[in-house]
Amino acid sequence: MAELLLELLSEEIPARMQARAADDLKRLVSDGLKAAGLEFKDARAFATPRRLALVVDGLPTARADVSEERRGPRVGAPEQAMQGFLKATGLASLDQAEKRDTGKGEFWFAVIARKGGPTTEALPGIIDAAMKALPWPKSMKWGSGAMTWVRPLQSIVALFDGKVLAGEVVPGGKMAPIRFGDATRGHRFLSKGTIQVTGFADYVAKLRAAHVMLDPAERKKIVLEGAEKLCADAQVALRADNGLLDEVAGLVEWPVPLLGTIDGQFMDVPPEVLTVSMRTHQRYFVTTRKDGALANRFVVVANNVARDGGKTIVDGNERVLRSRLSDAKFFWDQDRKVRLEERLPALKDMVFHAKLGTQADRVGRIEILADKIAPYVEGADRAQAILAAHLCKADLRSGMVGEFPELQGVMGRYYALEEKFPAAIADAIGDHYAPAGPNDRCPSAPVSVVVALADKLDTLVSFWAIGEKPTGSRDPFALRRAALGIIRIIVENNIRLPLRKFFDADDLMAFFADRLKVQMREKGVRHDVVDAVFALGGEDDLVRLLARVEAVQSFLATEAGKNLLTAYGRAANIVRAEEKKDKSLTAKIAGAPDAARMEQTEEKTVAGALADIECLVKPALQREDFAGAMAAFADLRQPIDSFFEKVTVNVAEKPDLRLNRLKLLNQIRVTMDSVADFSRIEG
Amino acid sequence: MSEPSARLKPTCFQELILTLQDYWARQGCLILQPFDMEMGAGTFHTATTLRALGPKPWYAAYVQPSRRPTDGRYGDNPMRLQHYYQFQAILKPSPPDILERYLGSLEAIGIDASLHDLRFVEDDWESPTLGAWGLGWEVWCDGSEISQFTYFQQVGGIDVDLVSGEITYGLERLAMYLFDKKSIYDLPFNRADSEVPLTYGDVFLQNEREQSAYNFEHADTDMLFRHFADAEKECGRLIERKLPLPAYEQCIKASHCFNLLDARGVISVTERQSYILRVRDLAKACCEAWLVTQKKEAA
Repeated sequence: MAELLLELLSEEIPARMQARAADDLKRLVSDGLKAAGLEFKDARAFATPRRLALVVDGLPTARADVSEERRGPRVGAPEQAMQGFLKATGLASLDQAEKRDTGKGEFWFAVIARKGGPTTEALPGIIDAAMKALPWPKSMKWGSGAMTWVRPLQSIVALFDGKVLAGEVVPGGKMAPIRFGDATRGHRFLSKGTIQVTGFADYVAKLRAAHVMLDPAERKKIVLEGAEKLCADAQVALRADNGLLDEVAGLVEWPVPLLGTIDGQFMDVPPEVLTVSMRTHQRYFVTTRKDGALANRFVVVANNVARDGGKTIVDGNERVLRSRLSDAKFFWDQDRKVRLEERLPALKDMVFHAKLGTQADRVGRIEILADKIAPYVEGADRAQAILAAHLCKADLRSGMVGEFPELQGVMGRYYALEEKFPAAIADAIGDHYAPAGPNDRCPSAPVSVVVALADKLDTLVSFWAIGEKPTGSRDPFALRRAALGIIRIIVENNIRLPLRKFFDADDLMAFFADRLKVQMREKGVRHDVVDAVFALGGEDDLVRLLARVEAVQSFLATEAGKNLLTAYGRAANIVRAEEKKDKSLTAKIAGAPDAARMEQTEEKTVAGALADIECLVKPALQREDFAGAMAAFADLRQPIDSFFEKVTVNVAEKPDLRLNRLKLLNQIRVTMDSVADFSRIEG
Repeated sequence: MSEPSARLKPTCFQELILTLQDYWARQGCLILQPFDMEMGAGTFHTATTLRALGPKPWYAAYVQPSRRPTDGRYGDNPMRLQHYYQFQAILKPSPPDILERYLGSLEAIGIDASLHDLRFVEDDWESPTLGAWGLGWEVWCDGSEISQFTYFQQVGGIDVDLVSGEITYGLERLAMYLFDKKSIYDLPFNRADSEVPLTYGDVFLQNEREQSAYNFEHADTDMLFRHFADAEKECGRLIERKLPLPAYEQCIKASHCFNLLDARGVISVTERQSYILRVRDLAKACCEAWLVTQKKEAA
């Protein structure tokens, strides 16, 4: 058993692409090995800012000759099938295949012989193919070559069983081929010259000595532990930030966390502004004080062990942050001199969408919607909701949002508070974009709920109206997110909003139904139950709809529910089968069965039970007591079971009796369907 | 790699330029002078845009005064200018050690890699008006962006034959970093021990005030629209005559007229895109015509 070590060294690989590229390399090489009949024990891939590395353990040093037989198309099959067969088997023509009678006809057979031999002969081709197939999100040419890679490729280590594999990559043009070798480089600044390696263990150790930590997981651990230690010493707490941790680990080969200080003059700028500057623009970790407020310390992760212990690096970073925050503070001071109301006219110059007018037009629509929505949200002050909607986009014209677009809403809230607007209005401005994603906080204050719903409904209804509906993976205006946002706000706050009062399009309601299914599936709600309830039609109150879904789903989970569903299925199947034979039957069996025509006790029992249930179900549905309605059905199970045991429905010699019994079965279906369309429930 | 520099590290703005010129000259680059027309960035210089195309190798470096009318702040903002300098080095085809050479230039201007944290952070470059794009990085020194590095892939909508490595130093920003100044205007332009020591502000503050007033308030927009249309027409005419170099100058002129009109706020959002496309069409036509002459020469 032997080990394959592969390293592809290049200029700096974008952090966001590294993990995926390592996985792809592992997958492509593994697939290549398997296709070549080379089994192995284990494959692991790693990435740093400059290299992708792969180690495959437990490979055989040689392969035996293999002969494999493959059945092709039937003799005389169309040309296309023949060509496909030849291509798949690598045969030049059908002369190399043979005809054989399998008992089910004559088929073509191919015998593919694969020559065995040393593994070293197969590996270079597998590596080459994997490199060619590796799907970088963006790749480029360099120098005079035609080869593409994420950034210029510099060297390749390819060792099998400790020996260099014979192979090379040809960048093209006048550039020298990159030969497979055993030499790589360490850290760009902390190591000089090349390093020769003999195998994976040696590679990892020598890289470490040359200030490269190969494993991203280890780099993350060092960053986290180092940052936490610095924070503990400074008596602040590190704010957890896994996204940033992943990114930072992809920017350094040798992480060195350092602690910096925010200039005190900026600490009265809103914390969100400081956080955006530090986190998004500078990739610093934010720290907090004991009371949870932002602390004046940050952690920067350097890629260098500086000879002054990092003093210059910290100074430099503090300086950059100071200049960024001076900008921010300038905007903060300037913006507060202008009232939000005064910014509104300038929204007329901001095009929102060519067919949907300006931001000012959009605000006008949101105000009207807020006015219409407010009465449905308990505790929402209508005037406050309209005013909040009126001002919600004003901050788009502030200097701060111009510079930091991600602070839209957040800044509007601060400016509203500065103007002494009631907190409910300020919060509604701040919250109206929420929830921005499945993990984002959902607004709950009444005025915030109104404006957040108005904003999203406007987006959805407007883009729908101009035909910009999402298709497949294309959803450029994030309409799915808007619909999900509406659903979450409604469901989490129990808002009884009749959606159809806000739009006419049936396919928009269906779009909501689809989003609801996606949303509810994650919470363990069955999509077929949602379908069954939606199929009743006319329901646009999501809270009521979900209450019904929940009642049906919990009833179906009980023994009585399962049996009743079976009984419903039998009843419906019989009726459906008869309806198929006789198209006029549907009309004939509508309405209640005639008690006078019933001959057997079981029939009468079912009819009686149905009548009783109907008396219970109708008012229960009106009360929106869906659990109560479902419970009533439990009494139906016993009579139906007996009915099917003792009663024959299709009595050919007594057509009237048959018709009456079909009416009874249909009645079961109709009664149950008043709660949900049970035919859509998957058994 | 670089030979050890004979120079001491720069202490003022002009020494920064001299050091970079000296360094890149020793790397085999032609040291060219600025293009004598108004342009938004060093990339517009024919030494980059046109020379990046075609089969001939090309190493050059130069300073290019760059004008971005919308960035004017009447001299009030310590970090923004409507007229500033870029230092540009272009190496075509990009040599395998281009990053080492670039790092050598940092060493030459006094950035000691054993004290600082240097990073290559993903940043892809695109110029919609030139129909050009490339992949590369912004280079960070202790969290501050000090250069842009791009491998050109397309110029004028045409795939390049040889890939150029393009390095752009924003000189004022770099100088502020090197000389630890909070305001551009406080940068020492020449040495403090000169007979007549002057700051960047001494040289350019009045220019920023007056040019900002011109860009935002006084530029005659009717005239600029006319100039744009004239340059566009002239460019087309010169392309027909197979004169890509004069044609390209008209393209640069049109581009600058557009930038001025944009600063005057007379181009609406929807029109904006169409103006950019018009300039791009000119740039494309010039690049195509240039390429024909280059291939003819090579053949």
